[in-house]
Amino acid sequence: MSDLLLNMKNVVIDGFSDERWHEIIKGVDLTLKRGEVLGLIGESGAGKSTLGLAAMGFARPGCRLTSGEIWFDGVDLMKVSERERQALRGSRIAYVAQSAAAAFNPAHRLIDQTVEATVRHGLRPASEAEEDAKALYEAMDLPEPQTIGFRYPHQVSGGQLQRAMTAMAMSARPDLIIFDEPTTALDVTTQVNVLAAMKDAVERFDTAAIYITHDLAVVAQMADRIKVLRYGEEVEEAETRQMLADPKHPYTKSLWAVRSLQKPSEPAEETILSLENVTASYGTVPVLHDVTIRVPKGRTVAIVGESGSGKSTTARVITGLLPPMEGSVDFHGERLPDALKDRSKDQLQRIQMIYQMADTAMNPRQRVGEIIGRPLEFYRGLKGRAQQDEVARLLELIELDDSFADRLPGELSGGQKQRICIARALAADPELIICDEVTSALDQVVQEGILKLLLKLQAELGVSYIFITHDIATVEAIADEIVVMHQGRVVEQGRKEDIFSPPHPDYTQLLLSSVPTMDPDWLEGARQR
Amino acid sequence: MTETYSAKDEVGQVRQRRSRWDRAWIELKKAPLTAWFGMIVILLYVFVAIFAPLIAPYGEAEVHPQPYAPWSSEFIFGTDQIGRDVFSRLIYGARNTIGIAFMTTILAFIIGGGLGLIAAINQGWLDQIISRAVDVLMAIPALIFALMLLSIFGSSVWSLVVIIALLDSTRVFRLTRAVSMNVVVMDYVEAARLRGEGLGWVMRREILPNILPPLVAEFGLRFCFVFLTIAALSFLGVGIQPPTADWGSMVRDNASLIQFAQYDLKAGLTPILPAAAIALLTIAVNFVVDWFLIKTSGLRDEV
Repeated sequence: MSDLLLNMKNVVIDGFSDERWHEIIKGVDLTLKRGEVLGLIGESGAGKSTLGLAAMGFARPGCRLTSGEIWFDGVDLMKVSERERQALRGSRIAYVAQSAAAAFNPAHRLIDQTVEATVRHGLRPASEAEEDAKALYEAMDLPEPQTIGFRYPHQVSGGQLQRAMTAMAMSARPDLIIFDEPTTALDVTTQVNVLAAMKDAVERFDTAAIYITHDLAVVAQMADRIKVLRYGEEVEEAETRQMLADPKHPYTKSLWAVRSLQKPSEPAEETILSLENVTASYGTVPVLHDVTIRVPKGRTVAIVGESGSGKSTTARVITGLLPPMEGSVDFHGERLPDALKDRSKDQLQRIQMIYQMADTAMNPRQRVGEIIGRPLEFYRGLKGRAQQDEVARLLELIELDDSFADRLPGELSGGQKQRICIARALAADPELIICDEVTSALDQVVQEGILKLLLKLQAELGVSYIFITHDIATVEAIADEIVVMHQGRVVEQGRKEDIFSPPHPDYTQLLLSSVPTMDPDWLEGARQR
Repeated sequence: MTETYSAKDEVGQVRQRRSRWDRAWIELKKAPLTAWFGMIVILLYVFVAIFAPLIAPYGEAEVHPQPYAPWSSEFIFGTDQIGRDVFSRLIYGARNTIGIAFMTTILAFIIGGGLGLIAAINQGWLDQIISRAVDVLMAIPALIFALMLLSIFGSSVWSLVVIIALLDSTRVFRLTRAVSMNVVVMDYVEAARLRGEGLGWVMRREILPNILPPLVAEFGLRFCFVFLTIAALSFLGVGIQPPTADWGSMVRDNASLIQFAQYDLKAGLTPILPAAAIALLTIAVNFVVDWFLIKTSGLRDEV
């Protein structure tokens, strides 16, 4: 028996769209030894997940495995019957999905779901499997490993759920686990722990793994080897250290380059918006405590913190969606009415907002021309020809051409959608734009494009940004000033250089140290701490 | 390499722009036979309803000397109990029954849909008030409630339309509110409110286009139900009043003829004719609605 566990040869996978079959994976080879971890990276649409699932001999609905060979431990998964493939899945090959919240059945206890596959495949009796599950929970560093399994999925946090899912995959002691972006949906501070637990488990049980992600720093921690995919084709493959030190292909280099985007902070002169001692709550639940933030004119303030820290609530207070209990929001030194409905059209026009999910921020039934044209008409009274010209000008400003005006949002890529959202905000001719996690749903190369665009627009138009994010790399790329928030309070605020250089308050220290770097030994170091 | 970055190329092929009519025609060509059958039947009914006076051989209330005349070349489907031509009344019946059902359904959608949208957008006490009121109305069996209201307000066409529309609007309200709730939480609705748009714009431009498919499907079904309710009420004698021809009351008026089927099959069929007219239209509308539902849900998969 060779120590080659998985050997995929010239795999071609087709997907069905626009009423015909397209090749999504165009003949990719992939090999994996026992106990080895392979990182699979690329942008979304590169075919990472499709290839990962193919390693289980599985094709999503709307996809088909067209040709090639998938040898798993001496069996060609392309040739054997569906029944034989199913016998392998869950027992010898396991899958960990991106969203554990969606992958767990909310109606069953965690432990029942953890051992389900093991018991169903008849690998172990239920009682033994449950004892083992508790040991796995402990190995995954879950709190109260003896009892946590008897909770329901909604009773544990997202990070815990993701770890429980890894325990579920481990339950049958598979030879191969496929991790499909398992930490993408988690906060940085949670991500470190989950990564460490996963790496531990994989090492302890000597499991081979395919780790799919678009985050280079994460893959650098997890993988022994890295394979880069683009447009369904392999771009480059190498040992992790070699790949990080010396990427060969220009595309790989460009992926690396994104992380190094840096902007020196510029001193501020005039304050355009300030929150003074704002306290706010949803119903009776207090979310913001005595928050004071100042936004300088023509500069970018980044608000960082994990989810639940009150970042987005701050934005809702500024826009008037959530009137504060105490404190005030001042714009150009003038107090803004607390509630949205009391603000004048002029006040509304000067503060615009861009959302995280461009998909839901645009009405899918309106064409781009209408989406951008409406604020032009609403605030500036532009109609007909004048409106069309202005739409064309704005499209040019965001590096698209005017042929986009009669497209529907569904016909655009993620990056293009976000650009249209930027254009809609610009159409109002605002002085301040609130950007709520605008790049976090995008791939790294596209992120870079959006960030550069925002910087260019700031330089040309002198607009100020409030940039809400949990991604430190984004902060380095765009911010002049930083506000660190934790549990509804401002932990620290000041110039970027001051915040990033020690000494730090405890929370800032934790946040900064949780951000993975490209150093493959970083996780090792973080685990020590 | 990213110096001259242009976001234009991020999506490879963009589907060719087609005009609304082209797209509608393409969809029609792909429609299954059942849908075609449904559409042709509906068009036929509409045609008959519009041109009733030209098609019908006799007037709606024209009385001939012989009641219960057998089927003949003079009276294609015979005459009824007071000597009116059944065929002519069937044709006029299409006009009355469909026309009133259509008006009622439209009214039900204006009331129910409008309130449903307002409730979904406001979500506060206003939503509570409307929703609880609707719950109360729905708790009472619709047909009995309609009978009661009709006996209070009298059986004029207008009270019929308004009462049935009000009762049916509760169902429309619940559907509209439920589907709007999913749309109201979208960022683009929030974006419109942040822009300072009024209630009317948010309702018409942001929400309505996105809930249209389920509403149109509901319209077809609701139309059938209203149609059946009117027929049922007419059968019970409180619906459309004589001498206006109506399929429901025609079934009732000629019901006794069914006993003669063993002597004269054709005479026995006479009360079945208006019932069959109702059934055929209901089936046709449902075929079209089914196709529309499949088409729109399929579209959603594609996006």
